[in-house]
Amino acid sequence: MSAPLIEMRGITKSFGAVKANEAVDLSVAPGEILGLLGENGAGKTTLMNVLFGAYAPDAGEILVEGRPVAIHNSADALAAGIGMVHQHFHLAPRLTVLENLLIGIPGKSGRIDRAGGLARLKEIGRQHGLSLDPNLPVSALSVGEQQRLEIIKALFRGARLLILDEPTAVLAPSEVDGLFAALRSMAAQGLGIIFISHKLNEVRALTHRCVVLRLGKVAGRVDQPAQTTSAEMAKLMCGHEIVPPTREASTPGASVLALDNISTSGHAGTPLRDVSLSVRSGEILGIAGVSGNGQRALADVISGMLAPRAGAMTIAGKAVEQFSPRELQALGLGRIPEDRMTTGLVTNLPLADSMVLPRIGTEAFSRKGLLNPGAIRAFAEAQIRAYDIRCPGPMTRAGALSGGNLQKALLARELAFDPKVLIVSQPTRGLDIGAARFIHEKFLAMRARGCGIIVIGEDLEELLMLSDRIAVMYEGRIAGTVSGADATVARLGLMMTGAEGHA
Amino acid sequence: MSAVFEQIFQVGFLAAIIRIATPLAFATLGEMFSERAGVLNLGIEGIMLLSAMAGFTAASLSGSLWLGVLAAVLTGALMGALHALFTVALGLSQHVCGIGVTLFCSGLAYFLYRLIFGQQSVPPSIDGFKPVPIPLLSNIPVLGPAVFNQFALVYLAVVAVPLAAFVLYRTPWGLSVRMVGENPRAADSAGVSVIATRFQAVILGGALMGLAGAFLTMAQFNAFTFGVVSGRGWVAIALVVFGRWDPWRSAGAALLFAFVDALQLRMQASGLGHIPYEAFLMLPFIFTIVAMAFMSRNAVAPSALLKPFRREER
Repeated sequence: MSAPLIEMRGITKSFGAVKANEAVDLSVAPGEILGLLGENGAGKTTLMNVLFGAYAPDAGEILVEGRPVAIHNSADALAAGIGMVHQHFHLAPRLTVLENLLIGIPGKSGRIDRAGGLARLKEIGRQHGLSLDPNLPVSALSVGEQQRLEIIKALFRGARLLILDEPTAVLAPSEVDGLFAALRSMAAQGLGIIFISHKLNEVRALTHRCVVLRLGKVAGRVDQPAQTTSAEMAKLMCGHEIVPPTREASTPGASVLALDNISTSGHAGTPLRDVSLSVRSGEILGIAGVSGNGQRALADVISGMLAPRAGAMTIAGKAVEQFSPRELQALGLGRIPEDRMTTGLVTNLPLADSMVLPRIGTEAFSRKGLLNPGAIRAFAEAQIRAYDIRCPGPMTRAGALSGGNLQKALLARELAFDPKVLIVSQPTRGLDIGAARFIHEKFLAMRARGCGIIVIGEDLEELLMLSDRIAVMYEGRIAGTVSGADATVARLGLMMTGAEGHA
Repeated sequence: MSAVFEQIFQVGFLAAIIRIATPLAFATLGEMFSERAGVLNLGIEGIMLLSAMAGFTAASLSGSLWLGVLAAVLTGALMGALHALFTVALGLSQHVCGIGVTLFCSGLAYFLYRLIFGQQSVPPSIDGFKPVPIPLLSNIPVLGPAVFNQFALVYLAVVAVPLAAFVLYRTPWGLSVRMVGENPRAADSAGVSVIATRFQAVILGGALMGLAGAFLTMAQFNAFTFGVVSGRGWVAIALVVFGRWDPWRSAGAALLFAFVDALQLRMQASGLGHIPYEAFLMLPFIFTIVAMAFMSRNAVAPSALLKPFRREER
């Protein structure tokens, strides 16, 4: 193999007492796709931020084609031929595609060089098969297209090494295939690519080689990812064997939640159209679908935040008359919202307050209209112990906790009241393997205790592992339902595109 | 009634609109540049006042009006830099700092004015700018004397609007300004310095506010009084929203406001005298509120407005 395009030697970076990276070596050759694996907090993003100039390393050097370079900011990184596609896109939604490409590019005789930009865009389109309408505002692009724009942006600036931070987290399965094809073609033309992920199957499918980080250090290198099992890689990532949670057979009991021809309107996102489904006691129902096909409306109806236009809903045999979160909670519903930070808890208040928020007016936490701080604190402390929530204490600002610990706190808050039915959205998004497994185990334990659970998710592997049945949503309808035993990623993927009407 | 209308709509009326709109146009463009870069500048009212004072003083002491204009522009730019120091470099609250800058500038303007001119029974005045007729064009009936027989600063404002649009939409710097106001992280990752761009935009904005102040004391009133700005800065902030952060629309908004203001001035002077004059004075502001309420509901501010940028924060 030829000389490495980029080489990082002995990179060390500390934040206070925490060593985010310690003596990390890494190199990428032209035409190579390198996987960078690791759990949350393993130091992947820090390492890439060092390479992209956002952080200055405490020790170590970076070589581009054998020459040491100093990278102090993103301009240096771009000049060295390093392009980065961030997990959260760095685009201005109200500016056009072309304007987003031309930002930071010197103009021609004082003006923005539109003609030059268009020519370059065309050339990239020809070379790599990536094209977009230059005059559309970015807000009109789909998530996949925005990602394509980010890739084009890097190539536009002459990147020879492309870093992609968790690029598949936002994509539907069909879009993932398109992305992989584009990346392979770019590698074939001599570009180096660093692919950051914690999804093992993707790393195995795409990369030529991979580096596994754990606690800031290189935990292992895998030379032939395709020939290595996911279990081996997971072990490198976590430092111990990961045993998938066992799913006991269970006999579902009576229906705990039923939706009968529910339709909605006037809602941000896709409305529901004649949705009927039911969950029985001791059953996990997965809801699959490309994001934006009515999942938000479904979750809002079931949790009482959105009253349907038509149709009926029953919880544990009782018809829901008034759609409000409190009413539904009283009937035995627990919910874990999709976005922990905005609808889950109040990030600037103590954790304890967020943990009792849905039941703040109940006997348990208040007396005669006054809060009972002792009871609130005691409840929070008990849950922190029971769920091993890592935090300095119940009075810690909720926003200071990591994603995994927040999710545990939200889970604890609902499960403490033994709901008959639980609705969760994207329960493990952004969580590492260990935390995700903890959440999965809790769901399965609840299932064994007779709780009916609805899991709305985009991670098909997760849905397949957890669900007794999986319903697929497409354009606000239930496109079909398959039993967990019959479901495969391929089949669900097909249903998600609306190709298979029913099963 | 028709006599009233005749009295209102005459050549002088058109000229008055243009004259009232000029300082508003400068101030609105200044605030727009600042806000497009993501920085709300509530210091505008004070910056206009201090610049008006500085310009008047420089002109009065040196005898050169253009030196006065230069002093006003530099004062505005300097105060813009002060606001940027607080809000961009230090990342403090834009609301609080803006009000602070207004209070500071107003206090400083009063203080320096008293210090330099003392307390006089009749406020000192200067020989301000004179209308400069543009050959040929000023001979056009009605439009000519109203539009093409104006102060040099009015012509400057007329040029400033397309120039601002060109800079904002057609130059790399303008694109950087829009980008740091929409998504500073995107600009940063593209190698654009968010801090520098914001500083430049706020300073340019301050300079334009300075021009607005200069116009008031050197062309419109030819004297400095403590009420010389009297809310024009606050109006400009509303006009930016009304003009949806666009130079052309903002200038249009300034003209519309000026129209209503000129109208109420005429109405005060006309036969509607039995109505208290304060009622007329309110008109342009009521108009602004009503127009804002109806027309600006869908106006979308730059996404990063009010948000300080810190690089290592995510």
